[in-house]
Amino acid sequence: MVTTSSQPTDAAEIASASAANNPNPIAKEDSMIEVDDVSFSYDMGKTNVLKNISFNIPAGKVTALIGPSGCGKSTLLRCLNRMNDLVDTSKVTTGQIRIMGQDINASDVDPIELRKQVGMVFQKYNPFPKSIYDNVAYGLRIQGIKNKSKLNEAVEKSLQRAALWSEVKDRLNSSALGLSGGQQQRLCIARTIAVNPRIVLMDEPCSALDPIATARIEELIAELQEEFTIVIVTHNMQQATRVSDRTAFFYLGELIEYNDTATIFANPSVRHTEDYVSGRFG
Amino acid sequence: MNPFKSSSNAQKTKDRIVACVLAALTYVILACTLFIFFDIAKKGLPVLMPVFSEKGGEIFNSDFLTRMPETLVDYTDENGDKQSMASTDFIEFTKANPDAVIENKKTNAYSGGGIAGPLVGTALLVIVCMVVALIVGVAAAVYLNEYAKQGRFVGMIRLAIMNLAGVPSIVFGLFGFAFFCLFPLLPVFTDAPNIEKSLWAIPLFGGFLSFEGWGNSLIAGGLTLAVMVLPVIIAACEESLKAIPKGFREASLALGATKWQCIRTAVLPYATPGILTASVLGVTRVAGETAPIMFTAAVALKGKLPWEEASGNGIFWLSDLLTDSVQAMPYHIYTVAARIPRTDATSAMQDGSVFVFLLMVMSFASVSIYLRIHFRKKLKW
Repeated sequence: MVTTSSQPTDAAEIASASAANNPNPIAKEDSMIEVDDVSFSYDMGKTNVLKNISFNIPAGKVTALIGPSGCGKSTLLRCLNRMNDLVDTSKVTTGQIRIMGQDINASDVDPIELRKQVGMVFQKYNPFPKSIYDNVAYGLRIQGIKNKSKLNEAVEKSLQRAALWSEVKDRLNSSALGLSGGQQQRLCIARTIAVNPRIVLMDEPCSALDPIATARIEELIAELQEEFTIVIVTHNMQQATRVSDRTAFFYLGELIEYNDTATIFANPSVRHTEDYVSGRFG
Repeated sequence: MNPFKSSSNAQKTKDRIVACVLAALTYVILACTLFIFFDIAKKGLPVLMPVFSEKGGEIFNSDFLTRMPETLVDYTDENGDKQSMASTDFIEFTKANPDAVIENKKTNAYSGGGIAGPLVGTALLVIVCMVVALIVGVAAAVYLNEYAKQGRFVGMIRLAIMNLAGVPSIVFGLFGFAFFCLFPLLPVFTDAPNIEKSLWAIPLFGGFLSFEGWGNSLIAGGLTLAVMVLPVIIAACEESLKAIPKGFREASLALGATKWQCIRTAVLPYATPGILTASVLGVTRVAGETAPIMFTAAVALKGKLPWEEASGNGIFWLSDLLTDSVQAMPYHIYTVAARIPRTDATSAMQDGSVFVFLLMVMSFASVSIYLRIHFRKKLKW
């Protein structure tokens, strides 16, 4: 067990203390994503940044991952669509991640196909320096769809679902970089859902936005949850209470507590979670 | 009483002296540059535009740009005036005026006519060089930056590329001569294989594919220049690729793009301006090189432009064009400057060539600057 910190509390201790009184409340059948004893390393297994994480993420709900910086929540999110493959020395050292029952690190899984089903929205909105239309159509075009009417339809539908259509419908061919920050992030969401994924991962989607733009994205998340399973990493605990159904609290690479959001914030079973959500540390 | 009064005058004086010295040294560079440009323009401009010369004349001397270099004849006519003209003109002149008085007749090699041949030759060399260097260079940069696992091996490749940039150009010239001119496995399409040199001659398309090496040729020179400019192109491409935000790649991959789709649609289009700018600067460099082409491609005198001289059809014509030697501006300047004595008659070719060449290279550099500004405005993120 690696304990690297000078933090006041030992994460391993907290985790073992919580394991007993934290029954996994999601039945296996209802879960979209099963994280089963996963450890993950960025340096070929020398040090694990995720340590034996197990929890199930339900379908059609919003699950928030919270915790202080460096606790591994973004790393876990990036494991779910194998974006960590981009780091040459990264490695899942133990356990399995199953999405819709399939181990996504199995040798016969194509990460390209996985990512079509598991979309991702990034912390810093990153539209391509192309037109609004081309941004939304990007994912479909790389899948080889060239039919103009099909693309038009998909672009309109995605922009509507991302609550951006009314604002941009008259300037689809102007550059995406002319939009405001909040609009650019909604455009990125539209781009992600245009390829019809089953799951949408969001890595602190509002951290670069002002409160009004943040509120619009949060409304959007609430609407999208009917169609997609959403996993959101956030630093903002109010945001977690506002948008998520379930919350997982991470600390130093370990899952400390995972439960209904209401329970986590009102009545956490681990002292450490309470300290964090009430703002005493972190 | 002023509380902010300077306490040490000595410090202040010292500061001022340092500033003056630094400024003076900077202006020395500027002065050198201006002097070079001014001197070349003063001597060269009247050759291209005789209206600016002391004698005066036409506004633009298009012959200088459109004629091939040839021998210059100078003589003294019946009035004791000095005359000079290209040898073909002289032959016509004597035919037309058989009684003309010609005294002190002297011939000067390479100094008559114009510089069409060297201009065209340099353009062709640059085209061959850049086509090859860009394809290989961009491919190498994309591989090193996007595909290769960053480790000791890739580090060694990068070191080798950097070392390549430090190799003296004469060494590239000798390498090119040994490899591209003499190496007998390099094939040419020809009607008449060189029996002494050819290893095999395979009958093909009504002619022969003969393995005889490329000899002193456009393609050997172009490839030698390409090898020389590759490190510059690769370094510039890698810089351009590194400047593309990671977010573009991640967004593309997260939407289910393959690696190549990601590079083709979300990386290369945005790296193109940088690559273009760098390659135009590369062009400026290869256009001016003398050493790499003096063994591999360049000759001092040719009667016709390369495409007029090439014979055959289709692939035979192309092969003939590529495997024939060319004239080139830097080599031409070397020839007229180093091998021809400077007299009133020959100085026109010497000064004019240098002036036109300088204009040519400066215009390449301006294109590069224009591209950089243009794309920077258009592509911002």
